[in-house]
Amino acid sequence: MASHSLPRLAAVLLGAAICCLPAAPAAHAQSGTALKLDSAIQIEPLDLNTILHGSAAKPLILQVGSKVLFAESHIPGSEFFGPAAPPDALAQRVAKLPRNTAIVLYCGCCPWERCPNIAPAFQKLHALGFTNVKVLHISQNFGQDWAQKGYPVEPAH
Amino acid sequence: MPHLSRSLLFFLLLIPAPKPAPDFSRPALSGPPVHLAQLRGSVILLNFWATWCGPCEEEMPRFVQWQQAYSSQGLRVLGVSMDDDDTPVRALAPKMHWNYPILMGDARLGRLYGGVLGLPVTYLIDRRGRIRARLEGATDLPALEARIKTLLAEPSAR
Repeated sequence: MASHSLPRLAAVLLGAAICCLPAAPAAHAQSGTALKLDSAIQIEPLDLNTILHGSAAKPLILQVGSKVLFAESHIPGSEFFGPAAPPDALAQRVAKLPRNTAIVLYCGCCPWERCPNIAPAFQKLHALGFTNVKVLHISQNFGQDWAQKGYPVEPAH
Repeated sequence: MPHLSRSLLFFLLLIPAPKPAPDFSRPALSGPPVHLAQLRGSVILLNFWATWCGPCEEEMPRFVQWQQAYSSQGLRVLGVSMDDDDTPVRALAPKMHWNYPILMGDARLGRLYGGVLGLPVTYLIDRRGRIRARLEGATDLPALEARIKTLLAEPSAR
């Protein structure tokens, strides 16, 4: 038994080593604006998924990243807003909403520390007086941290 | 000896067979259109990127170097921008000095390649048109270069 399991383990390890190139550490990561966001206003994907499957009122979810990536896959019910929207477009979208409206912003274009989009959108809503805004903490990207974890997406893959 | 053969067989069964790279044809920002199937026989580095992606911008100068260094051995680099339109891509061209085709991607092409839901994503395609690696996020460039050299050393048909 043991004589069979050792080559099997070795084969698995060797196969894994050959089939996968290691991801590089983020050695060259620059400080992105997302790093400035306090952890208290962040929501983890698992927690947002729980909210989406619950019976409570759903937050307004705005995607502030790439339109192409949004078209490929996004959180059901979320709206595309994008980083290239006119400066007053976000203000117009939320103009009639109560300032305590639950809003979740997400991007997922790049690793969290490199995301150029999420912090400006949060700061804009904060400046408008919104008090219940969360940002979805996407560690690597939307694919790895949401879609590949089996959380809901549309269009469905 | 039979023991070794059995282990080797088990090991070979563990290696998934490389899948063929999905074919596509796209116009390039400059130069002739690119049809992937027509590049069979070359080793393809297919890089999905965008102008707003910091790690992407850091990688591309190395891809330019590799296209220069290994083109005679059969390397073809293809860049697929996932920007929403080509305006920022064209604006970046003078800085990047691309010596390889830049194509505009979209959601359809992203889905075709297994979901490009974060950048960069880089594929290595061998001379037989098979996907040999998919790399997400900033890549270990020395390891990637070593992998390219290995693929370049492989014959185009077995």
